[in-house]
Amino acid sequence: MNITRRQMLILLPAAAVAWDAVIAGTPEASPNYRLSEHWWGMLVDISKCIGCGNCVRACATENNVPDGYFRTWVERYYVPDNDPANPVVDSPDGGKNGFPPILEKGGKTFFVPKMCNHCADSPCTQVCPVGATFITPDGVVLVDKKYCVGCRYCIQACPYGCRFLNPKTQTAEKCTLCYHRITKGLTTACCEACPTGARQLADLKNPNDPIHEFLRTHSVQVLKPHMATRAKLYYNDLDGSVR
Amino acid sequence: MSRFKDAGHLLRVALIFAAGIIVFVLVRTVLVPRSFGEYGHYRGNAIAEIAAQPTAFAGHQACETCHSDVVDVKNKGKHAGVNCEACHGALATHADDPSALPAKLDTAVLCVRCHEVNGARPKGFPQIVAKEHNSAELPCETCHQPHSPLIVPGAKP
Repeated sequence: MNITRRQMLILLPAAAVAWDAVIAGTPEASPNYRLSEHWWGMLVDISKCIGCGNCVRACATENNVPDGYFRTWVERYYVPDNDPANPVVDSPDGGKNGFPPILEKGGKTFFVPKMCNHCADSPCTQVCPVGATFITPDGVVLVDKKYCVGCRYCIQACPYGCRFLNPKTQTAEKCTLCYHRITKGLTTACCEACPTGARQLADLKNPNDPIHEFLRTHSVQVLKPHMATRAKLYYNDLDGSVR
Repeated sequence: MSRFKDAGHLLRVALIFAAGIIVFVLVRTVLVPRSFGEYGHYRGNAIAEIAAQPTAFAGHQACETCHSDVVDVKNKGKHAGVNCEACHGALATHADDPSALPAKLDTAVLCVRCHEVNGARPKGFPQIVAKEHNSAELPCETCHQPHSPLIVPGAKP
């Protein structure tokens, strides 16, 4: 192909405009959603969780989570009467298909649903060397698949064990707090599927959200507060043995 | 003057450095996406890309627009707080295209998922031992209507 000087002079600016569109990227997906008007968290009420595994299955369906990996899972605690510091924890297949009956006698048993804590000061975000994981202005910790190099540093850094490396894409993956749903005014898939209301999506910037009344009137805790992660996954009725 | 007689070498090195810096800045402007740094040390457009993922669960608001009769029954019964897709599964495809009918549900699997006895379930939550409660292995809906499962004494089953 022969290109004359005149053609080249026309082609170059055209190519520059095309490349400009490429690096500018895609426009906003939810035009009516304002990042600055929300600060997302979640409330988990242990006293309501029945360990049905609906949340685990719903999450896997909604987000195409590969088998054997979990963005959310349910743990069952068995706390012996005489040894409350050493609970026995099981989570067969993340609690996806429920739990077998407990054979031990006595003690205390309960379910603890777990997922990303969407920490305001998240260790995973701090350690990412390429800026692939970040906290959005509305308080959700996300992973940019296109930037993740799969170094696994964030997976080691998360104190709650909430991340994994997707075996197909070889990039870090985690709970997005169903960002594609909450920006459209829906609740997360796990909250939608929870039959007892043990999980509640909470917008901490919305003064009308029932979370504020709940936090005032209940003894609510976060996991590993000594890590100073400013976690936003609030647990009601959390036993001291949970870690 | 003789002190600067070899200054030409330094100038050449400085020129190489300057050229290197210009090339670096040019390459960087071309390769780094414009939205990088928009909100912080990450690609700002990643937020919109993640928000663009399609949904699988339609949400109970979508169900209620067409199935208000079922919702009315459910809201008077024990399952008032249970969202449709908790039992029926993800149905965004059905909400988008009502002719795509959802699969029939198996109450033998669904009901025991929540109501089979398990010591870790909260006290007061209705639980049964399926083998004793339903030794004939009848479908649960023979006695309990899933949308309003409590059997009212004297009412027709």
